[in-house]
Amino acid sequence: MYRYIIRRLLIMIPVMIGVSAVVFFLIRSIPGDPAQILLGEHSSEEALEKIRTQLGLDKPKIIQFFYFLYNMIKGDLGRSFLTNEIVSIEIYKHFPATLELTLCSMIFGSTVGLILGVTAATHRNSIIDYITTVISVAGISMPIFWLGLIAIIIFSIKFHILPISGRLDPTITFKAKTGLIILESLIRGDFTVFKDAIYHMILPAVCLGTIPLASIARMTRSSMLEVLNQDFIRTARAKGLPTRKVIYTHALRNALIPVVTVIGLQFGSLLGGAVLTETIFAWPGIGRLSVEAINARDYPVIQGCIIFFAFIFVFINLLVDIIYAFIDPRIRYE
Amino acid sequence: MKKLLGLLLVIFLLVSSVAFGAETPKYGGTLIFGRGGDSVGLDPADVTDGESTRVTEMIFEGLVGFKGETTDIVPVLATSWKVSNDGKVWTFKLRKGVRFHDGTPFNAEAVKFSFDRQFDKNHPYYKYGKWEYAEFALEPLEKVEIVDDYTVRFILKYPFSPFLANLAMFSCAIVSPTAVKKYGADFFKNPVGTGPFKFVEWVPKDKIVLEANTDYWGGRPYLDKLIFRVIPDNSVRWLELQRGTIDAMDGINPDDIPAIKADPNITFYQVPALNICYLAMNVEKKPFDNVLVRRAINHAINKKAIVDAFYRGIGIVAKNPIPPNMMGYNDKVKDYEYNPEKAKQLLAKAGYPNGFETTLWTPPIPRVYIPQPTKVAEAIQADLAKVGIKAKIVTYDWGTYLQKTRNGEHEMAILGWGSDNGDPDNTIYVLLDKDNAKKGVASNIAFYKNDKLHDILIKAQQTTSIPARKRLYESAQVIIKEDAPWVTIAHTSAVAATRKYVKNFSIPAISAIKFTRVWLDK
Repeated sequence: MYRYIIRRLLIMIPVMIGVSAVVFFLIRSIPGDPAQILLGEHSSEEALEKIRTQLGLDKPKIIQFFYFLYNMIKGDLGRSFLTNEIVSIEIYKHFPATLELTLCSMIFGSTVGLILGVTAATHRNSIIDYITTVISVAGISMPIFWLGLIAIIIFSIKFHILPISGRLDPTITFKAKTGLIILESLIRGDFTVFKDAIYHMILPAVCLGTIPLASIARMTRSSMLEVLNQDFIRTARAKGLPTRKVIYTHALRNALIPVVTVIGLQFGSLLGGAVLTETIFAWPGIGRLSVEAINARDYPVIQGCIIFFAFIFVFINLLVDIIYAFIDPRIRYE
Repeated sequence: MKKLLGLLLVIFLLVSSVAFGAETPKYGGTLIFGRGGDSVGLDPADVTDGESTRVTEMIFEGLVGFKGETTDIVPVLATSWKVSNDGKVWTFKLRKGVRFHDGTPFNAEAVKFSFDRQFDKNHPYYKYGKWEYAEFALEPLEKVEIVDDYTVRFILKYPFSPFLANLAMFSCAIVSPTAVKKYGADFFKNPVGTGPFKFVEWVPKDKIVLEANTDYWGGRPYLDKLIFRVIPDNSVRWLELQRGTIDAMDGINPDDIPAIKADPNITFYQVPALNICYLAMNVEKKPFDNVLVRRAINHAINKKAIVDAFYRGIGIVAKNPIPPNMMGYNDKVKDYEYNPEKAKQLLAKAGYPNGFETTLWTPPIPRVYIPQPTKVAEAIQADLAKVGIKAKIVTYDWGTYLQKTRNGEHEMAILGWGSDNGDPDNTIYVLLDKDNAKKGVASNIAFYKNDKLHDILIKAQQTTSIPARKRLYESAQVIIKEDAPWVTIAHTSAVAATRKYVKNFSIPAISAIKFTRVWLDK
């Protein structure tokens, strides 16, 4: 197992270099000159030249690439063209917000999705099954932008139960070293901040959670249906085991493999930042960082973000593969 | 009768004391301002966008500044100045007893430092910024000299009157040399100036927190704290204001304006901004080399309908390149009226009785001066079709669009401009003088060249007398209207909204909103 993990981790190196090369040349082939966008209508010839030189854009692309690769190996992703901030600091400042939101929405989406999926499978063709289908179809097809606004109008404007947007009340100053406000305020015992952060989390997490919820519910339902028809379930029932035990111990565990795959994929893609959710709820996450960087042709930040996403995705895939082995002891990696 | 008068007087005094008594400013409180985007950086000389400058202008100050809603120049960190007879030496007396937020004294040394780091390539701190505006604002500057602790001298390469207006721009703010030396490349997130507010905290994409500078030389601000909060979605920001979780905002959806105006808890502000949206006709390409064609197009486009439909209350029809609230605006200029018949006649006279085919370029993204570029282009396309001109709409991504128009690849292109310093030179000379019509780097994308206009504009740069400059710009506008290189489309206004209890709030014409005198009545 350990050798397998080490091997997988080593494979990541060529993957990351490959991703870097693709990203590097791809974003430079999108039309739009960063210096021109930076200066907008007000650019003069001298200013454009000066800025291109300062950003290193006057050198041939291939030389720029080797510079970039060399610096990346040293762990230096450069500084943002736009803000002049160090790219790894930009990621460090924006990613925790996204991570916290993703974790919360995945917890919500997986729990509710699993419960709905199992219930729908065990009550096949009942009203519960239909409701689950409706919820999952709606969850997949509802635009998050619209859902978010409606949720804000109901819970924040009409009933004043929850805050409209943001991560924390703006008058609160809370410096979280990890950037994870909920976790750190809990550890430090700062319950005012903890409570406020939880309040701010509910709407965005639930809205964003509808996306994984829908696919998890559907996957659980179909996977459960398949398992429930198998011989060993019949055996278990015949042995006289309580239905609860048959479903949750025997059937669900065997139905989980495809569900875990879906959870892993959803988790990975949400970690790349949910731009729309982050925009509507004024969530200072990495999705907004990367989209704004693309609009400004801020090459170092785009590169940094995409390489970081690639790393996370590969890493989560590995994690999912390891979890398989725990769920199904027949799976062994050598 | 006397008794009655006396009674009325007492009542009047009582009422007025209640009414005006409530208007005595109160100290204290936090104002949260909601905005659409985050600041890019907080080094005043190294930013170009409004979201950055609105914060830097609270932390930093220049030698001079703009007065309220006008473009008049007033002393700030300088107390007085004089210009030598040849217009090349500007001497400024500095305000005494001012300190930066870190305790560093403000003096001639700091002034020289703030400018040198922007344009002297050998300055040790030159390498820490891109100094995007230095090419523009400091172009005429040769060097800065310290005369004594509180006197500095700016030596120009050539006489240039708008230089004073340049010094009032955000990029010419004076920074604490101690802080720049301490933070180096990270000064942009550790700004230290002399302004009414001190920097406290910046959470990227979320908020910037400032606090009152209690030692401010102009008297401490009323507010204790000022928070700029980023709320990217316009509708969500408006919901926050409705609920009272923010106190003020800008970036308002035109569709929300009626509801904002109707809300009894909200005050709505609208001030004409110093900008222009125009349609440039590339006079180097046929048939736009013919002035009759250009005039015909001016007659063919129904500007009022466009402004009514797509600017929804925040725009006015433009007849000159500069807006009415700018110095030198010539109201006597007669605009080409909307008249498709006349347009057809002019086209026939020019040799195009059946019109022609051409391209119409439009920006890919909304800009301050054009909230709905595609719709405006479609309306112009339809208007032109009525007089027989078939225009194909063309667009590119923003950076490419700017490059290609600078290159003169277009036939007709919509673009706009926001004034940097409020001086007419910064609009008319930049956008319509022959000096700026060089292919590849043109800001005059009509490639319009008129020697008479050029002489007037250069003379206006060198003249220091304001009435004389006004007359020169007035005559420039007459020539431009006659030659019709543009269709001047619209000027827009800046809009903002606050809760009713926010007092003394106003939107200046050119610089960022000033919060120094803003107070909360709650």
